[in-house]
Amino acid sequence: MVALATNTGVASAAAGQKIDIQSVFHQFELEGEPLPVLDGIDFSVEPGSFVALLGPSGCGKSTLLRLLAGLDHPTKGDLKVDGENVGDPDPSRIMVFQDPTLFPWRTVWDNVSLGLEARGILKKSRQRVDDAIQLVGLDGFDKAYPHQLSGGMAQRVALARALVNEPRLLLLDEPLGKLDSLTRLTMQTELVGLWQRAGLTAVLVTHDVEEALFLTQRVLIFGPRPARIVADLKVDLPYPRHRGDPRLAELRREALGHLGLAATW
Amino acid sequence: MTSIDPSLSGRDETSAVEEAPAQRGTGIWVLGLAAAASWVGVAALIELWPEIIPQPYGRELAIISLVIALGLVIVAATGRLFGVAAITTRYYGPWFVAAAIVVGGWEIVTAKAGLLPVPFFSSPQSILEVFFDDWGRLGISVWYSVLLLAKGYFFGAAAGFVTGVTIGWSRAASYWVHPLLRLIGPLPATAWLPLAFFIFPTSGSASVFLIALATAFPMTILTWSGIASVNRDYYDIARTLGAKPSFLILKVAIPAALPHVFVGLFMGLGTSFAVLVVAEMLGVKAGLGWYLQWAQGWAAYANMYAALLVMALMCSSLITILFRVRDWTLSWQKGLVRW
Ligand SMILES: Nc1ncnc2c1ncn2[C@@H]1O[C@H](COP(=O)(O)OP(=O)(O)OP(=O)(O)O)[C@@H](O)[C@H]1O
Ligand SMILES: [Mg+2]
Repeated sequence: MVALATNTGVASAAAGQKIDIQSVFHQFELEGEPLPVLDGIDFSVEPGSFVALLGPSGCGKSTLLRLLAGLDHPTKGDLKVDGENVGDPDPSRIMVFQDPTLFPWRTVWDNVSLGLEARGILKKSRQRVDDAIQLVGLDGFDKAYPHQLSGGMAQRVALARALVNEPRLLLLDEPLGKLDSLTRLTMQTELVGLWQRAGLTAVLVTHDVEEALFLTQRVLIFGPRPARIVADLKVDLPYPRHRGDPRLAELRREALGHLGLAATW
Repeated sequence: MTSIDPSLSGRDETSAVEEAPAQRGTGIWVLGLAAAASWVGVAALIELWPEIIPQPYGRELAIISLVIALGLVIVAATGRLFGVAAITTRYYGPWFVAAAIVVGGWEIVTAKAGLLPVPFFSSPQSILEVFFDDWGRLGISVWYSVLLLAKGYFFGAAAGFVTGVTIGWSRAASYWVHPLLRLIGPLPATAWLPLAFFIFPTSGSASVFLIALATAFPMTILTWSGIASVNRDYYDIARTLGAKPSFLILKVAIPAALPHVFVGLFMGLGTSFAVLVVAEMLGVKAGLGWYLQWAQGWAAYANMYAALLVMALMCSSLITILFRVRDWTLSWQKGLVRW
């Protein structure tokens, strides 16, 4: 894996976006029945900060990210990014999906360059693609097809595909979920470094309490579906952090308590 | 011709050879020698057993048999010296034996013993005679058939592709086109034949239309189902990355649907063969279909067998070409699905 410090081209400073979410309700239809998923979500995220969304499976975390990306629109309530209502998807807000979902007919290089090609700026910025591939440690795999990659490599390609667009808001839906634990630890450190250098706003959905506490400045804990925010933890520790920090252990106990898992600690 | 399943038949000789390492040896190839012997047997049979009805070209057939035998002996002796040709020959070794038995047996029941009714079942040398004496007319018939098929198939495939993409993408188009497709699509293209020959100025243009029609239906249905079955996440991802609708169609929907599109191309090719032959028999005064019809008129049965053989070769070559195009276009699928 290439150290972050060697990279310069990708995600150069563009100020992060501010998020304002005001009493957002959202429901799906499931076999004719309404299925309420988000039940009055309210929070703001300061520009350039790193926030984690933590909650039980199926509570609506991915749904909230899709709303922020503009892929779906809330049943009720306002979602504002930089003061404007979220409309259609925009390349300034990039989402990394739970599944890498690479395009199987495109090589790694062509997958990463997808956003630049879609916006018609690929010719001028081919170097950015190379840089992004290098950033996630996949140099030499440019011409590989997705089925020739391991699950973790595919997930890293998905990350590169997002980063190459220099987003101002990065929506990460369990981006490290499929990685082996070693790569995962490395990638966690790299995510922090990336966020610090790029100055973007990052929202990370994860199941992993340690990951949320180690990476982010603030952890929002969701209750079971229909989701509300049950806790808002500040992680008041400077970077670089140490996994063994006693303060992290304390916060972890608190977070598990909010998730109803205190007994396991 | 219609049961073409591309998922079953894409394995070519070379990959199959790799699965049969026993055939790979570089030493003397015993089966090859046996095959050569059986072809020498065919030649001897033709030369030594007198014919019931004397026929020309027996000598030529015997010479061809000996040439095949000689080729087999060379391959058997030289191992893999001739590369792919040698590998392919070795792979089809059992087939060479079987073919010798069939040709020899056929020779016996027709020319030699006369067990089958004479005019309807032609001897091998009488079919060879057609190739030697009537190759000019056969060749031009193949050329006309290929030309007609190419025109009809091209227009049909293009129209089917565009229609399929349109109704796969647009709800409004699907609303209007789907019922029409349901109603008219299953109608065999040949049912339009009398009308088409009446409406179109020439029988040639009518035939192009009919072949196009036969190709367009499977092509439309499969392109459409291909577009409709594209993983919706692909669109979501492309949209968050800033893709516009044109990009979504050209760079996401169509590439993702291509495997289905090729199934449509194969099915369309199969149905277009059927229409081609019927159109040539009934309307156009050219091509292999017409040749068959003409041979029937003169009770020239050997010519019919020869034309059928040529037609089979033409159709299977076209299918092979399409397989090559698919293999090249969809090379990314290798390792993803079983070919
Ligand atoms: N398109 C949809 N139609 C109907 N229901 C949906 C749809 N998408 C999501 N849901 C429902 O919404 C709920 C929340 O889904 P979501 O994907 O947001 O969960 P999640 O919090 O991301 O869970 P996980 O952590 O397991 O990924 C689930 O109960 C799911 O069944
Ligand atoms: Mg999810």
